[in-house]
Amino acid sequence: MSRRARQNRSAADRPPRAAGTSLAKAPRTVSADDAPCGERAVVGPVDSHRIDPAHTRSEVLRTAGLFKSFRKGPVEVPVLRGVDLTVRQGELLAIVGQSGSGKSTLLHLLATLDAPDRGEIYFEGRRIDNLPSRERDVLRNRRFGMIFQFYHLLPELNVLENVLAPLMIAESVPGYFLRRRGHRRRAAEILKLVGLDHRLKHKPRELSGGEMQRTAIARALVTQPDLLLADEPTGNLDVETGREILDVLGGLNRRQNLTIVMVTHDQGIARQADRIVRLVGGRVESA
Amino acid sequence: MYKFLLCWRYLRTRWIALVSVVSVTLGVATMIVVNSVMSGFVVEMHQRLHGILSDVVVESRDLNGFPDAQRHMERIRQVAGDDVEAMTPTVDVPAMLTLHNGGQWVSKPIHLFGIDPMTQGQVSAFAQYLQHPENRRQPSFNLRDGGYDAHDHQADRDALPRPAMDRAGWKHRHEWVRAEAFRRSLELPERRGQPPADDAVPDAAARSVPDAFANMPAAQTEHVFDPDKEQHTGTVLGIAMISYPGDGGGLRFALLPGDDVRITTVTASRREPKFRTWDFTVVDLYESKMSEYDSQLVFVPIDVLQEMRGMIDPEKNIAYVNAIQIKLRPGADGYAVRDKLRKAFPADFYGVSTWQDKQGPLLDAVRMEIIILNILLFFIIAVAGFGILAIFLMIVVEKTRDIGILKSLGASRGGIMGIFLGYGLSLGLVGSGAGLVLGLLFVYHINQIADWVGRVTHHPIFDPTIYYFYRIPTIVDPGTIAWIVLGALVIAVLSSILPALRAAMLHPVEALRYE
Repeated sequence: MSRRARQNRSAADRPPRAAGTSLAKAPRTVSADDAPCGERAVVGPVDSHRIDPAHTRSEVLRTAGLFKSFRKGPVEVPVLRGVDLTVRQGELLAIVGQSGSGKSTLLHLLATLDAPDRGEIYFEGRRIDNLPSRERDVLRNRRFGMIFQFYHLLPELNVLENVLAPLMIAESVPGYFLRRRGHRRRAAEILKLVGLDHRLKHKPRELSGGEMQRTAIARALVTQPDLLLADEPTGNLDVETGREILDVLGGLNRRQNLTIVMVTHDQGIARQADRIVRLVGGRVESA
Repeated sequence: MYKFLLCWRYLRTRWIALVSVVSVTLGVATMIVVNSVMSGFVVEMHQRLHGILSDVVVESRDLNGFPDAQRHMERIRQVAGDDVEAMTPTVDVPAMLTLHNGGQWVSKPIHLFGIDPMTQGQVSAFAQYLQHPENRRQPSFNLRDGGYDAHDHQADRDALPRPAMDRAGWKHRHEWVRAEAFRRSLELPERRGQPPADDAVPDAAARSVPDAFANMPAAQTEHVFDPDKEQHTGTVLGIAMISYPGDGGGLRFALLPGDDVRITTVTASRREPKFRTWDFTVVDLYESKMSEYDSQLVFVPIDVLQEMRGMIDPEKNIAYVNAIQIKLRPGADGYAVRDKLRKAFPADFYGVSTWQDKQGPLLDAVRMEIIILNILLFFIIAVAGFGILAIFLMIVVEKTRDIGILKSLGASRGGIMGIFLGYGLSLGLVGSGAGLVLGLLFVYHINQIADWVGRVTHHPIFDPTIYYFYRIPTIVDPGTIAWIVLGALVIAVLSSILPALRAAMLHPVEALRYE
């Protein structure tokens, strides 16, 4: 499937944006749903200071001089010291580094879960690190998918409900009820894709680690994101199961042209990636 | 959407939170029970207080009264107009009741009312409290043959019967006359026929025959009162004056309809007042179950009392009365009518008051009692709020990672807050709903519960001889219940605000790292 075809399909299947979010309100935003070639806007009014001057068409994500430090008592511990990173459309990028090298911190910054002390992050050419929290919420919900080392499923919900959670967050109550059949079908399809269609009604505690991670992947994919951010996705799994998870991610990357940024400390796993960058001393070195 | 799903799941899986709302449940249930019982008592009390008092009364400031009730009633109708439904004149005066019991004369202070039996029933519930079914339909001062209620008509079927009332009426009078004649036949001859030293009697000898039996042997040309065939003027006594609780809770009567009593009061003369003592025959008993009334009020026909007190002007043939009792049509504002009448009648001579004015201090005391009780009980629910607060803070800590996950999936701060506010609200709903059911069940079965507790502890919780009720009266007011439940919900939501804010403010990265 070509990139263009995929984006057209995803535009049609994507849940309509909730009215009232700044994404929908923004007057000059080109909405994904009516953009002819799938060029979708992320942020509201296209202010000049939010546009990445160095943006090229193939770039999904770019960071420029990211600094982040944490305070431990009176001591300021720098973690990232000027990270410059570019993620290209459709690639599987592995970020490797020692424990405590700031890989997870970098991933959290990319996901807008945390803000950098200094530096900028651009997503599809627009700056996202300084967006208001409401717009960052929408961005995380609609455009990014995240998977974690410890799966991070909601223990009270079963597999299907966990996968539906991002859609529930995206929709208003009446909107969800109106489209719940389509949503359920899509969640079931994606669970089938990751090979979990037989465990829809199971609670996370009844699943194996691999199954939990597959559920997390399905949850990350259900909103058809443009970027998948994976934080040590195999870190808590045995080698065999870890390879299966990697196969799933690799398949998504190849067949659906999904851009994936994966953080890992395991060189062997990183070798599966199209490109590897190494995080050393708070800076990026190409491997 | 996820908010409702998660609320529901948390509600079903977090037992500790449900435990924390038990105090809300108990608080709501207690408030419902207390309010129902209190309003039951208040309504019952209002009915009893109001039972004898008419809605509004215009009364003279002294015992002498004012002349010509008819003209006063016309004036009242002019002033109050459509609001007046019925009126009746009354004479009321302090008096002394003397009754012959067990060979001794016993005196009691009473409040004597002269009433018009035809119209009194229209302005107050007077008739409803009489013991003869016919008298309840139309009060009368004539002694009935029999048929007085041997079972309190205001009580449930399981109230104790009053077998003595079966004998009341003419039957009892015949028995009494025979017994009295027999008793007298045993007395020493020289004491017979000795008239009592009573200087108030002579001016109305025909009505007052202090010792009818003394006259019997002497053949006189004038009419001789025969107690076996005739009655004195009828009177209705409050039941508590002549009865007392016997063994096992039933009432014992010292006197029955058919017996004679003697009433002493003062004349209404502008000159020096004199005592008057006349004889009356008890024709019925009055039981409003307000001990204040039942132990003090005595009713006689108004014209007899006017005559007894010398309240009829012999020249103009105009009678004096003490008060005009007014019944208002339903829905009329008693206070407005009172104020209009106060303007129309000079305050130097007339007092105008509503029945609430008359019983003001008592009603105010009860109202205050209810308010204080409600405030105190509401504190129970407020305390429950702090329980919810503490448990919720715990749950937020426990759910820290979930909060981080939801934020990473794009849930907004408002959404996270909504989960916990909604959780608080649903806990409040569960707690107050359970309290509502518990409270209503308790109210509907309160008498069985009181009986059962009484049996188990051998101490009756609710003694009918003290309260004059056979059952604990309850009234469930939907409005009050709505306020109680609403208050409990507000407290539950208020106490979940702080934990919800805390959850919303959690930093997503720290929440995700939390183990």
